Amino acid sequence: MLFYAVRRLLYAIPIGIGVTFIVFSLVHIAPGDPISALLPNEATQEMVEQARREYGLDQPLLVQYATWLGHAARGDLGTSIGSGRPVASEVAGAVGNTVILAISAGLVACILGFLLGIVAGLWRDRPVDHIVSLITISGVSIPHYWLAILLVIVFSVDLNWLPPLGIGPDSSGGWRPDWPHLSHLILPTIATAAIPMAVIARTLRASVVDVLDQDFVTTLRAKGLLPRRVLWHVIRNALPTALAVMGLQLGNMLGGSVLVETVFAWPGTGFLLASAIFQRDLPLLQGTMLVLSMFFVLLNLIVDLVQSWTDPRIRRA
Amino acid sequence: MSDRMAAPILDIASLSVAYRGAAGWTPVVRGIDVRLEAGRTLVLLGESGSGKSVTLRSIVGLLRDEGARVEGEVRVGARNVTTMSDPELRQLRGGRVGFIFQEPMTALDPVFRIGDQIAETIVRHRGTTWKCAMGMAKELFELVQIPSAARRLSAYPNELSGGLRQRAMIAMAMSCEPELLLADEPTTALDATVQIQVLLLLREIQKERGTSMVFVTHDLGVAAEIADDVAVMYAGQIVEHGSADQVLLTPRHPYTQALTRCVVRGSYRDAALGELGGAPPDLGRLPAGCSFAPRCVRRADECLLAAPEPCEVAPSHIVACLRAADMAATPTGEFQES
Ligand SMILES: Nc1ncnc2c1ncn2[C@@H]1O[C@H](COP(=O)(O)OP(=O)(O)OP(=O)(O)O)[C@@H](O)[C@H]1O
Ligand SMILES: [Mg+2]
Repeated sequence: MLFYAVRRLLYAIPIGIGVTFIVFSLVHIAPGDPISALLPNEATQEMVEQARREYGLDQPLLVQYATWLGHAARGDLGTSIGSGRPVASEVAGAVGNTVILAISAGLVACILGFLLGIVAGLWRDRPVDHIVSLITISGVSIPHYWLAILLVIVFSVDLNWLPPLGIGPDSSGGWRPDWPHLSHLILPTIATAAIPMAVIARTLRASVVDVLDQDFVTTLRAKGLLPRRVLWHVIRNALPTALAVMGLQLGNMLGGSVLVETVFAWPGTGFLLASAIFQRDLPLLQGTMLVLSMFFVLLNLIVDLVQSWTDPRIRRA
Repeated sequence: MSDRMAAPILDIASLSVAYRGAAGWTPVVRGIDVRLEAGRTLVLLGESGSGKSVTLRSIVGLLRDEGARVEGEVRVGARNVTTMSDPELRQLRGGRVGFIFQEPMTALDPVFRIGDQIAETIVRHRGTTWKCAMGMAKELFELVQIPSAARRLSAYPNELSGGLRQRAMIAMAMSCEPELLLADEPTTALDATVQIQVLLLLREIQKERGTSMVFVTHDLGVAAEIADDVAVMYAGQIVEHGSADQVLLTPRHPYTQALTRCVVRGSYRDAALGELGGAPPDLGRLPAGCSFAPRCVRRADECLLAAPEPCEVAPSHIVACLRAADMAATPTGEFQES
């Protein structure tokens, strides 16, 4: 186990470096000149050149990358072109808000997806399975932003039950789990959780059906075990698959949050990323993507370790 | 059967099992009667698909969960399994009746330690603490001669060899001191040498504890080794039933005769029933008369018309063949290629 963990940790290093390089180069390959967004339209060629030098954009790509990585390693992600504030502090503020939404949506997606998947698998081809299937198929086929807009129209505009925008009152005082803040959290949570919940439920259903078809389940019955003990065996066998898909879905959720945060004006990393893109704020874009992708790498690492811990066939390999 | 026998530990009366197929119900077991006295070993012998495993599973009511249609009656001791409630069945399974499966790799849960899988059975039926159950599991491991028992208890199934896994399976089945042991081809998946060791171990434990056993196999050598009684199954019916000597040494049904003759010609232990000529009938489209008639060298015209009733050719030696009377002691024929 320890050996596996160390090996897996070492794997994460080249993956992390590769990811930073891809993040860096993607931003540079993408069309659109950051400088032209920064300077007024009538700026002279000289002003443009000077700005490029100031931001280091005249250097070769690899040099720019090395410089940027070196700074990033020391926590310096540069200065936002748009706001003029350090990217690191902008991102740090946004990360907190995204984490709140991610935890909330992650819990809803995992718990609900887990329960629905188990129930559908245990009662395969019964009415309850068909109902779950209807829910999950809708879940995976409705786009995030469409669901987000629909929720706003129904629950904010028509019914006027829940607020449509923002994170709640007085964002400077910090987030607290009180009703004014929680009410703002509900709609973004639903919109973010829908797809991962559906995917988790579908995968888990397939996994439970698969486990139930295995011979050892007959042995468990032939031992006279109580149904709840048999269920525990089934869940333990489905768990590695469940954890893997949960990890992946939580990762994908970060992608989905860009759209959802934009629709709900939720001041998280997704929202930040979207504004960085629209303002062609290169350092901010890079910094945000870096943090997001590092989070993704970390998530995968955790999932792998937890999975190997729950599956003895990997653990002892 | 004669009534001088003691109360049977197992009594199966006109048991029929059918599964829903593409075209209606397919009969898989067709009206079988089995009686087993306490302390004895009955071997169910037959080709693949003859209904041996289904018969075995029906004894602990496992067919209920499979959507099978079951008719007839199964009694274990004084208890009627057919009319038991689910909780009663769960008491019976693992407690009074132990079950050993063919493939110990797939029959054990891969993500649970072996020791835990045995302990959970003990806790369930004997209501002991987990710790106490683990202690008993260790003793059981010593009983089935697994070396370094303590270490093996915390192993996962994939970390043990096939032979050790099957020993663990035997330990699990014996953990609550059942009065009846059901073994579905417990040695088929093992290497030849390991096969004999496990077989001898099983017989030793069973004799020592006085446990009754139903043992399914398609290997005549194994049957000869372990059987007190033998029942030969063909296409879901028992065609011959009697003591091991009666059935294996003086077989009266042409099917059994062909099987034993096959063994005489070939090597005893390796003779598998499937190597014989012809193929068993399609259970969905059975012939009108005797189901074995199409492959039978001793077939008479009337065999194609009516199915034979079982009749007692010698004390407790039962044969279902119209021509059973003519079959005695005549040299056995071979299968017709169909
Ligand atoms: N759960 C099930 N659903 C449908 N048909 C089944 C089921 N279990 C068994 N059968 C059918 O019942 C027949 C007898 O099966 P069974 O497993 O009892 O044979 P067997 O004598 O044990 O053969 P083998 O030596 O291959 O184990 C087969 O034709 C099989 O296809
Ligand atoms: Mg079988």
